[in-house]
Amino acid sequence: MSVPTRAVAPPAPTIWRLLPAGSYAGRARMMMLRSLTASRHTWLAFVSGFFEPVFYLLAMGTGLGSLVGDLPGPDGQPISYAAFIAPGLLAASAMNGAVFDSTYNVFFKLHYARLYDSMLATPLGPVDVALGEIGWALLRGGLYSAAFLSVMAGFGLIDSPWALLALPAALVIAFAFAAIGMAATSFMRSWQDFDLVTLAVLPMFLFATTFYPLSVYPRWLQLVVECLPLYHAVELMRRLTTGAVGLGLLPHLAYFVVMIAVGVAVAARRLGTLLLR
Amino acid sequence: MSDALVQARGLRKSFGEVEAVRGIDVDVARGEVFGFLGPNGAGKSSTMRMIACVSPRSGGTLSVLGMDPGPDGPRIRARIGVVPQLDNLDAELSVRENLEIYGRYFGLPRRHVRAKADELLEFARLTERAGDRVEELSGGMKRRLTIARSLVNDPELLLLDEPTTGLDPQARHLLWDRLYRLKREGVTQIVTTHYMDEAEQLCDRLVVMDGGVVAAEGSPAELIGRYSTREVLELRFLPERRPSAGELGRHADRVEELPDRFLLYTADGERTLGDVAAAGFVPLSSLVRRSSLEDVFLRLTGRTLVD
Repeated sequence: MSVPTRAVAPPAPTIWRLLPAGSYAGRARMMMLRSLTASRHTWLAFVSGFFEPVFYLLAMGTGLGSLVGDLPGPDGQPISYAAFIAPGLLAASAMNGAVFDSTYNVFFKLHYARLYDSMLATPLGPVDVALGEIGWALLRGGLYSAAFLSVMAGFGLIDSPWALLALPAALVIAFAFAAIGMAATSFMRSWQDFDLVTLAVLPMFLFATTFYPLSVYPRWLQLVVECLPLYHAVELMRRLTTGAVGLGLLPHLAYFVVMIAVGVAVAARRLGTLLLR
Repeated sequence: MSDALVQARGLRKSFGEVEAVRGIDVDVARGEVFGFLGPNGAGKSSTMRMIACVSPRSGGTLSVLGMDPGPDGPRIRARIGVVPQLDNLDAELSVRENLEIYGRYFGLPRRHVRAKADELLEFARLTERAGDRVEELSGGMKRRLTIARSLVNDPELLLLDEPTTGLDPQARHLLWDRLYRLKREGVTQIVTTHYMDEAEQLCDRLVVMDGGVVAAEGSPAELIGRYSTREVLELRFLPERRPSAGELGRHADRVEELPDRFLLYTADGERTLGDVAAAGFVPLSSLVRRSSLEDVFLRLTGRTLVD
């Protein structure tokens, strides 16, 4: 009896044994390498993602802000309107980037480029694909967030060293939106379904306290807004950049941990059923 | 099961109510080129996807490289190469990057895939196009790149699903030449096709599939010997002077009537043509040819393969 050759597929780490056999080869980073290589050919689109929140900050923060004056920050201290919306824009841009990457881009690769089919012919499994795509969305979102934070610092909109934690927070937020976005995409049948994505994302961007405090709403509407993921993202960011840090951050963080767990589990399972027929 | 790279017993695949593969037995030996021949919808692609471990079987047993595609999918896929029916090259990458990145999916180190890409570009005659985007390639080039990509992990078994569908004759011959080289290097190949000439060119052994079952199995020559005659006489008549199949049947072993012509199966086509003419039937045109797998298929299923 000779020892069978185990070729190049490594044994899966213990935690992933919970998933169906063969769904994870531990090579999600190769998917990210692929995205990185591809982005070299489309660097313009890559760079343009940085400017959107900066333009909003300039237009609303400095332009509109000169009319608005100061607003109360999370700890009650007055802060400039630009300093108020900047963390909101940071949160919203983490959301927008992650949602775009995990919905339109994934849908195209899934149904038109048949890219994932070619990957699943290798030892990669659906979990590698899901994590690789989410990982790329995070890497990109992380770069944008870091750049935006530098812009904020340059405009003097950061009041606290806690703001450094806004970068990992942006990654957590992006991870959560990418996971849910990918799970949602796996249920979509045509491009028309993406109107639903816009319908979910745009009102959140406008109304989930990005541009004004929750106190402007009547109580019943406040309760609705408090259920939205972007509200928690904005709260998290605003507390970090203004230094209003405390245990109050934890519920917001927990919200995203749940989103991540549900999103990844659903996305991996659905990708498996879609691709491994 | 000894040296069988692929062994299937009673293999089935159903999609809801539809049974695509309805219990087939297949053995593929190491080093051979094995074909699945059949019309669209015969169950060839479904079978290939099960062997490629990207489609769970609905019933029966299947072993690939001595392992079970169910639990051992990733380990099997690490050692096979797949050329899908439709090219799914990565349009966002260059020709060379398609090879290198694909190699990385197999866990191969960067230095290795770089050298391998050089070799495969040469093999696919795409060295000059290495930096181009994939969309700029012709159909034949894309196909060659897809085949090159499937070789990046030095597979023991190569699965080719309709490798030359949609290619012009020149591109097909170049591709056949590459596949023949691989065979000489000892790469076992499984090919599906609905082209008879392709099956005869490439396959050592094949099964004819129809409606999800295996209708016949053997080498191309064996199948022709078993299900057809040495030669075929093809006759076309003016509609008003068209004889019946029965009248022509007296002069041949067997007659097939197609919408536009008759096929007379016989050992000696020229002699049969003489006999038919002597009996007073004057064809518009006539052609004597060797029997092919097309005739085998017609005999087995009563239908032509490509309609």
